[in-house]
Amino acid sequence: MRIACTVNGRPRVAEDVWEGASLLAVLREHLGLPGSKNACEQGECGSCSVYLDGRLVCACLVLGGQAQGREVVTVEGLASKDELHPVQEAFLEAGAVQCGFCTPGFVVAAHDLLTRKPQPTDVEIREALAGNICRCTGYAKIIDAVHLAAERMAPR
Amino acid sequence: MKAAHPDALPIAGGTDVMVEINFDRHRPAAFLDLTRVAELSEWSPDDGMLRIGAGVTYTRLIDELGDRIPGLAMASRTVGSPQIRNRGTVGGNLGSASPAGDAHPALLASRAIVELASVGGTRRVPVHEFFVGPKRNAMRKDELIAAFLVEPAQGPQQFSKVGTRNAMVIAVCSLALAIEPERRRIGTGIGSAAPTPVTAPEAEIFIQGVLDEHRLWEKRTPVAESALERFGELVAAAARPIDDVRGTAAYRRYALSVMARRSFAWAWNEYRGAA
Repeated sequence: MRIACTVNGRPRVAEDVWEGASLLAVLREHLGLPGSKNACEQGECGSCSVYLDGRLVCACLVLGGQAQGREVVTVEGLASKDELHPVQEAFLEAGAVQCGFCTPGFVVAAHDLLTRKPQPTDVEIREALAGNICRCTGYAKIIDAVHLAAERMAPR
Repeated sequence: MKAAHPDALPIAGGTDVMVEINFDRHRPAAFLDLTRVAELSEWSPDDGMLRIGAGVTYTRLIDELGDRIPGLAMASRTVGSPQIRNRGTVGGNLGSASPAGDAHPALLASRAIVELASVGGTRRVPVHEFFVGPKRNAMRKDELIAAFLVEPAQGPQQFSKVGTRNAMVIAVCSLALAIEPERRRIGTGIGSAAPTPVTAPEAEIFIQGVLDEHRLWEKRTPVAESALERFGELVAAAARPIDDVRGTAAYRRYALSVMARRSFAWAWNEYRGAA
């Protein structure tokens, strides 16, 4: 089947997609966007977190056809042309990235949290990132990174 | 469309369905994308009840209806993660009809009604008649879940769930409770401790009797510890749990008795404080 949707602000078309393919497969295998990672394929790990019509979702749990005509934003859509997004910068600086596999999902989920709650508490961060799994960092640096990003993004 | 394609698999949030597809456990002949049906994501008052479209997500239930149906909102907050709550729906929970579905105990405790639609029209099934076996419900092949109806809370409601983490867990067991002071009624719902979600009618009748006999509805005084213990025992006795990977039957019964006792005490204290 053919799927047309807006991805990171641009209209995109994926051709010859299997009807049972997930949005994650469409992004990675048809649209050349490998930033969203494929790990558990059951919504447990959060490494494929993207926005679908402005809502944070696991791309592996969205049927490709459900994205038809919708708006998708992936981790590739967060940075501007020359600069990383403050959330991405904060993850680098705080040492919240080790192997990096979970990072895109965490970055998108943290971005969503900071959009909704610009100054989250530790508990709110843990709650918001509860659907993302990291096997390297032990999470402490990730929580530091979200606080750092919140500080950087605060209006002065 | 469901009548013309009875084998088409309805998909809403996809949080159950896509796992089956990704793991190749299921290859449906066709999908029916319910997210395109705008009415399913609406809710409105309906003759004293709330009629909530099957496609309203857990996130929206919490944000938009949390004050009116606190028990179901509490249960919704325990569902998965933000990503899952943004997609998952009560309609999907009912469709999967898992004994561990988080919404089910709260729906049972507040005596919700499921609205099923087909080309022949709609019919309304009380939720306690809806679950007919493990992952089996009372729907016919040509029907879809259109909505569920639930009364705005008539009094304090509670929901508790046992699991290894606060997020991302399938319940080891769960319990919902609703106090209805006007009707002098207590509602219960048990999850993940029987082949289907179930109520605990004997426990309900027992505690209603205690409240009436000692005129506790009027006096708003605490319920005796011995009565709470007995209530917990009767709730545990209503379950038919098994040993599985998430826990043993004995543990589930024990945990249910504790949750029942505590939930009732919390809800009763809220009732007492509301005077």
